[in-house]
Amino acid sequence: MSKDLKRRKERLDRGIKVRSEDIFALSSWKVMLYLLAPRVLPFVVVLGFILFASPYWKMVLVSTTMFGILAISWDLLLSTGMVSLGQALFFGMGAYIAGSLNHIWGWPLWITIPVATVGGGLLCTLLLVPVLRLRGIYFAMVTLVLPLVLVRIIEATRILGGTEGISGLATFQNIGEELGLSLLAFLAVLLGFRRLMGTDYGLVLQGIRDNDRSVIRSGINIYWFKAQALFLAGSVAAFAGAFMTHAYMFVGMPVFALDYSILPITAAVVGGTGTLAGPALGAFILVPLSEALRGLGALRVVFYGLFLVIFIVALPEGIFHYLQRRYHQFERWVKVEV
Amino acid sequence: MSDMSEPFILQVHELTKDFGGVRAVDNVSFNLKEGDSLGIIGPNGSGKTTLVNLITGFIRPDEGNIWFQGKRITGMMPHRIPQLGLARTFQMARPFYQLPAYKNLVIPLFSRRVRNLTGGKYGDRDAIAIDLLEEVGFERDSSVPFKPASVLPHGYLKRMELASCLALRPKLIILDELFSGLSLAEVSSTVPIIEKIQAEGKALIIIEHRLRELFRIVDRVIVLNFGRKIAEGTPKDVMENEEVKEAYLGSE
Repeated sequence: MSKDLKRRKERLDRGIKVRSEDIFALSSWKVMLYLLAPRVLPFVVVLGFILFASPYWKMVLVSTTMFGILAISWDLLLSTGMVSLGQALFFGMGAYIAGSLNHIWGWPLWITIPVATVGGGLLCTLLLVPVLRLRGIYFAMVTLVLPLVLVRIIEATRILGGTEGISGLATFQNIGEELGLSLLAFLAVLLGFRRLMGTDYGLVLQGIRDNDRSVIRSGINIYWFKAQALFLAGSVAAFAGAFMTHAYMFVGMPVFALDYSILPITAAVVGGTGTLAGPALGAFILVPLSEALRGLGALRVVFYGLFLVIFIVALPEGIFHYLQRRYHQFERWVKVEV
Repeated sequence: MSDMSEPFILQVHELTKDFGGVRAVDNVSFNLKEGDSLGIIGPNGSGKTTLVNLITGFIRPDEGNIWFQGKRITGMMPHRIPQLGLARTFQMARPFYQLPAYKNLVIPLFSRRVRNLTGGKYGDRDAIAIDLLEEVGFERDSSVPFKPASVLPHGYLKRMELASCLALRPKLIILDELFSGLSLAEVSSTVPIIEKIQAEGKALIIIEHRLRELFRIVDRVIVLNFGRKIAEGTPKDVMENEEVKEAYLGSE
């Protein structure tokens, strides 16, 4: 065994990646292109899609961006060490706040959506503050249960439209406005949160995920920071709910459905967790895929599930991590002595 | 008690903690003067780490009181105690494995205590973090401070623990078995770092199994056995105590 030569994969940074890391990157077009391409390419693809898409597919794009925000929100919670099985709680809370404000008092959507964003985030944070001390699966169970409880309360008490829901809500002037706003919001959430996680504040959040006792030892109140992360993640998810309510002109019990809890997780797993961009990419793959498979009828879920399993087995690290690695590094086989 | 507290940085009074039926810490009292160093020794399971967890608020005592700089800190939330200037290391190094070494120190540097002491924004935390790592013996002009904590050897992680305490600019540091798992060479390079901290006038409580190194650093020790304080005094006196000999060597 001792003289056996085994082959092992070695990964090295590409020369251009190393050159792109300092200020001299600005002196070379090639290096600047290397830096800009991955940032600009997604815009080109999406804009090209909009040019040729039918109104139906434009609607799909709107719901994709909102699922994207939901997935980013889930990833922000995970980066702070909170596993959520109930993004539907945030989504549904925003949806119902916007829907009922519009229905009862006739508030226009440019007031209901901001109110639902902040109010939904605040309400969900208050609901979850008592269980902030719970970790891992225990916290996850509470988030799973809350939306299921809320939906039964609405069903039993018949408040806010009961099982019928509230329909005929105000909506956007045209698909262009709707699409433009949704894309802007998506970009703001993605870039804003990515920026936030790069600051010292974001570092504390990541520290809580890595090792919460060491953060306490550093004189930082982890529950205060967890509550803030919960508010941020809850707010953007509530925004997605409020936006979809006005896009569909309807709010009802389905907004608390498991779909809104599960899709962010699958999007994060397919796209790659911990980067915020990964889950967003995952949503941009899974939501259109799910729509494209509609033609298959009942078999749709089978193919969708199959796709998920294949992806998770073949690329457990997630698409985003894989692409990032292949872009920045090359691989070669080297012989090593065992 | 509190009017006498002027010269003492830490006063521990009749501290007791039960875990189920086991009395982990039993009626322990001791005082520590500003700038002094105290060693805590005792066989495995004698309650040393529990005592640290009680003082630093990670565990609530059943009975007894703790004063830090004359202020009662019994039952205070564990994140508020470091803000007063009492920092600790963990027996098992607890770094943020996914972060680079220097980013590990940015987290304590972000705490309210450091921000208050330095007046609002604390310059460039990254640069201060790298300075702190150099202070505990990281090679400065190397890639070591930029490596993720998960790939650093144990000796570096232990010294990083010490650095994250220093980042808080504490008045009192509790070192919970800082030397455990370190090689002889690493220990002898760490001792001067601790002596430098003493020279700066910071008080120290050191829990240690390596008595030879401990006795170089501290001039007073207390000995715990089954949660009780069985002896207190200079290292020489304590090691000649019959009860201490019995606890360490077993009774015949």
